[in-house]
Amino acid sequence: MKPSDKNKLKSYTRRATLISGGMLLLSSALVGRMYYLQVTSRNQYELLAERNRISMRLLAPTRGDVLDRYGRAIATSTTDYRVNVIPEETEELEETLEALKQYIPISENNNKRIMKAAKKQRSFLPISVANNLDWETFSNVNVNMPDLPGIQPDVGTSRFYPEKELGAHLVGYVGSVSEEELTGEPLLELPEFKIGKNGIEKVLDEKLRGSAGNSKVEVNVLGRVIRELSRQDSVPGEAARLTIDLEIQKFAATRTQHESAAVTVMDIHTGELLAVTSTPSFDPNDFNNGISQVKWDKLRGDIRKPLINKAVSGQYSPGSTFKMIVALAGLEAGVITVEDTKICNSQFRIGKNIWHCWSKGGHGKLNVIQALAQSCDVYFYDLARKVGIEKIHEMSARFGLGERFNIGIMSEARGINPNDDWKFGRTGEHWYGGDTVNVGIGQGFVSTTPLQLAVMTARLANGGKAVVPKIFIDDDNDNDIDIEEVEGLGISQENLDIVLQGMIDVYNHPRGTAFRYRLRKDDYQFGGKSGTTQVTRISTAERNSEGGVIKNEEKDWIGRDHALFVGYGPVENPKYAVSVLVEHGGGGGSVASPIARDVLEFVLERDKSNENIGQSV
Amino acid sequence: MQTSARIGSRNNKDIRQKLKDLNWFIVLVIVLIAGFGFAMLYSVAGGSFDPWAKNQFIRFLLGLGLMVTIAVIDIRIWMFLAYPLYFAALGMLGVVDVMGEMGKGSQRWLDLGFINLQPSEFMKIALVMALARYFHCLSDEETVQLKSLIKPIILIILPVVLVLRQPDLGTTILIVAGGIALIFAAGVRMWLFVLSFIALIPAAFGAWQFLKPYQKQRVLTFLDPEKDPLGAGYHIIQSKIALGSGGIYGKGFIQGTQSQLNFLPEKHTDFIFTVIAEELGLVGGLSLLGLYFIILGYGMIVSLSVKSQFGRLLILGMVVTFFLYLFINIAMVMGLLPVVGVPLPLVSYGGSAMLTLLVGFGLILSTAIHKETAIPRGGAFA
Repeated sequence: MKPSDKNKLKSYTRRATLISGGMLLLSSALVGRMYYLQVTSRNQYELLAERNRISMRLLAPTRGDVLDRYGRAIATSTTDYRVNVIPEETEELEETLEALKQYIPISENNNKRIMKAAKKQRSFLPISVANNLDWETFSNVNVNMPDLPGIQPDVGTSRFYPEKELGAHLVGYVGSVSEEELTGEPLLELPEFKIGKNGIEKVLDEKLRGSAGNSKVEVNVLGRVIRELSRQDSVPGEAARLTIDLEIQKFAATRTQHESAAVTVMDIHTGELLAVTSTPSFDPNDFNNGISQVKWDKLRGDIRKPLINKAVSGQYSPGSTFKMIVALAGLEAGVITVEDTKICNSQFRIGKNIWHCWSKGGHGKLNVIQALAQSCDVYFYDLARKVGIEKIHEMSARFGLGERFNIGIMSEARGINPNDDWKFGRTGEHWYGGDTVNVGIGQGFVSTTPLQLAVMTARLANGGKAVVPKIFIDDDNDNDIDIEEVEGLGISQENLDIVLQGMIDVYNHPRGTAFRYRLRKDDYQFGGKSGTTQVTRISTAERNSEGGVIKNEEKDWIGRDHALFVGYGPVENPKYAVSVLVEHGGGGGSVASPIARDVLEFVLERDKSNENIGQSV
Repeated sequence: MQTSARIGSRNNKDIRQKLKDLNWFIVLVIVLIAGFGFAMLYSVAGGSFDPWAKNQFIRFLLGLGLMVTIAVIDIRIWMFLAYPLYFAALGMLGVVDVMGEMGKGSQRWLDLGFINLQPSEFMKIALVMALARYFHCLSDEETVQLKSLIKPIILIILPVVLVLRQPDLGTTILIVAGGIALIFAAGVRMWLFVLSFIALIPAAFGAWQFLKPYQKQRVLTFLDPEKDPLGAGYHIIQSKIALGSGGIYGKGFIQGTQSQLNFLPEKHTDFIFTVIAEELGLVGGLSLLGLYFIILGYGMIVSLSVKSQFGRLLILGMVVTFFLYLFINIAMVMGLLPVVGVPLPLVSYGGSAMLTLLVGFGLILSTAIHKETAIPRGGAFA
């Protein structure tokens, strides 16, 4: 070897050693880093890796049913047969949809929506094609799956109200969760989740809702589910049972279907409400997926107010149905007795003020029973004046007028049970004697709901017991209320019987205001009281004009009187109370009393057939 | 005559002798490393030979044949071919560059009809050969002179400019660092070396101007990956999660959640080391590193017994290039270096880099077989 080569080798060896040292140094940095990542920080990265791959999917619970007293569904959850398409699994999305048209009609718009969605979202996510399919169509699609690549039949649940309009005001409806309704409960953030928006659906939302389950799934980076790791099933919501009898509900609603009306039927001993109707109604099914603007505008714009539950939210002057309260106040205060009479000559004067009786010729001499049966206004102007507003107010309160019972459906109105305090607080003016005169015939400041009128009637008919209306059957408690335990109102049976006699005569005395509309069968006898309340004031000019007071039939619908009737039956052994309101219906005797009569008869007949088959309530 | 005959016999082995002298243990280690690669490509395909493992295996067999062929060819022929190969590679880089200018966009390979040739890969070898030959031909005195550095620097800068224009940051780093290491090993004065390093600092700033926005982004992202976790930093973060969650023994073959569920990007190419570390743990990663070190160590040790400066520098250049591949790749997936697109040698999916490396190993093995061959300073056939 030449010296030059030797030098070169020597120099090379030195430099190569340095380079090797450098490489070793760098490599030890790699090993150090590996140790740091895989040993020192392992736990932290393991957690991050788990967070990457594990995704929690909430499982929505099935919503609890709302049932009537016999277990018939008013609101339920039905299997919803749907068809989705997964674009990724189709050969050509358009072709698959075309092929699907053999089985399911797909509108042009729907087609466009699907194609648009397919462009926007990840191709493995399903796009809804159709829902609410009937079983036949759905099974057709299932059978032909091999010819429909990418089509995915799916079974979900959706809220269903089998009785549609019937009971809509009680049960309310569900809808998608709004921004304001988010509470942090993750269930509410599910895209398809529905919560109660109105009625019982809203009041009992938490009970009906149930609790969410969850499914722990492994997902890939695109969010596609690879497999399920664990699963905790959801707990279905509890059912709510109502005291309502759907058959009675249906009868009452059908009986008043052409009117703007409310019917309330109540068990006078237990307070159970067997029917609470309000017509016209709406179909809560329309709200499930958001009601269309057209339908909504139509409901909102309807002067008959289909969205309002007139039975509990509507406040009306009780009119002559209030006369029982005035009569009882008089009897209990000893202002009158059953023997005392008063002559009605159609007018009642205080100073310059004149109040008129509905009977132009006057009723002549009347006692309290006759005054009730014939609904003499003058008698009650006079009696109210003698008794005074505070005693009437106190008696009203005992019968539940002006009271909110909180039965558990939305928007229960309180009504007004006026007195001096109330008026002063409201208007800053004290009570005048004239105010009392108006209240004497259930006009003026007094205002009640049909529900309150039913409660009042029940308390009159059950011997003066403070029965409270209820609409839910509490499964935890023995539902048979001990009637003996219901508190008394402290009213003498004697006086009650006097008032009840007046009510019996309304239907059954030839001069009674509803005599023409009595039940013309011997099976039952009913008691009741009509009420006709003015919507507009009758001016002196109108009263004195040639034609006299304008007849209801000649007025616009909106200007006509409200017709009311409260009734109970059977008179020998009272069981049920009913209140009927027909907005702008005309005369309480002629319009509302036949409805009350038919409803009472239907309820009692139904009671009888239930007893016959040993299915007593 | 006698001497020259003896030298002649020492310089001219027959093919059987050469095959016998070939270090088959190193060939086995190379096969083991490649085997690591096949297994991981099988794993990242979700337990399938398609689409990667099979192709890779076929390429490797072809490359292995090429390697052995190169190994038995006389080192003097390689020295003779050093400059022609360098200029051929430079010419091809120029062609690629012009084609890019002509509007075909950024392109790194030449379509020769039967094969896609990547000139920058070719250049990695050609440059090492050219530099080795250059220094082989210098005398001791010339080696330490400043002016002797001018030509090697030109040799390095010409391809670097063309590769940066492609743009290929990874290859640029490999070429520059490999070239510098070779110059250093050739025996250039230490102070000169330090001086040129200082001179490189402004050059680095100059190079920054050459970088495309996405390359600048990569460097910036490397400096602070968490700043943009869903964008450019995402790859590094996911890779670190995969590595860290693998722990000491790994999650098991085909069980890596990060790689199997696609949270890990480029898992079959640049990030395959991450898959190894996730599924086989620290143990798997260190095993692979160990295999690499057998080759590195073998190269360095055998180079000390090579008679010719060309052979020594050739081995060193190849070893350093090989080391740079694996160091940059592993450092990159562990977040120690920016993501520059350097594959893991013999393991990452892809033909070009594998071919380069096997050719490089062929040259190392050729040098080892011909280590007794003395080559005059003037050149093998001078």
